[in-house]
Amino acid sequence: MNRGRRKALQSGGATLLALLAANGWLPSARAQSWNKSAFDAHSLGDTMQALGGGEPAQSKEIAFFQTPEIAENGAVVPIGISSSLPNTQAIAILIEKNPNMLAAVFDILPGTEPTITTRVKMAQTSNVYALVKADGKYYVASKEIKVTLGGCGG
Amino acid sequence: MPDPMKIRATTVGDETEVKVLMSHEMETGQRKDGQGKTIPAWFIQNVSVTWNSKTVLSAQWGTAVAKNPFVSFRFKGGAKGDKITVTWVDNRAEKRTDESMIA
Repeated sequence: MNRGRRKALQSGGATLLALLAANGWLPSARAQSWNKSAFDAHSLGDTMQALGGGEPAQSKEIAFFQTPEIAENGAVVPIGISSSLPNTQAIAILIEKNPNMLAAVFDILPGTEPTITTRVKMAQTSNVYALVKADGKYYVASKEIKVTLGGCGG
Repeated sequence: MPDPMKIRATTVGDETEVKVLMSHEMETGQRKDGQGKTIPAWFIQNVSVTWNSKTVLSAQWGTAVAKNPFVSFRFKGGAKGDKITVTWVDNRAEKRTDESMIA
């Protein structure tokens, strides 16, 4: 195999992709944008509006797992969310009593399981919302997590 | 240059489980320093994960993601030796890309 040629093809391909991405011609480049108004929002209503959705419907098809009832340290709170809603397109984490509600949005691409785990910061005891976009509609489940030591203080 | 990520990808049945640990301050912009001045927000805004060259996860983050962020997820497919690439970009436009192979 001609390794030099393969390398050249790879780097050439990467440069082309980067160019396309920089010009916003690829869907992945659009996905790389950051929804400032959604992350700046302070209420569920404002966040939903910024995300382009209406009031989400409560759903029992969304579950929290590996998520504590009580978080000793608000600076590192593990959150696991899974959705069994058909055609789940995105999973977002919102924390009601944080300065800004929206913590993260994960786009679930075709072939990817609608299950994610991550770690968030919580300023105080709060409801945490698992917001799921499925088949173009928004659904939500919530869970209260008690925080004994806040994660956003000085 | 930020520290490298730790990426672990393993096949579980017909799926691949990806776990990523990033090294980043994830400063909220809410804290104050000793002089009472606000420490400016500094956080990862975009994350993308590709398997070979196919994007399998993309995410937008706010300041509430914990310091040294962790994320795990699964996708269908993937074989030993396939390439997993993770890229993040923060609000200072600093960027880091790391690669790993599915084990």
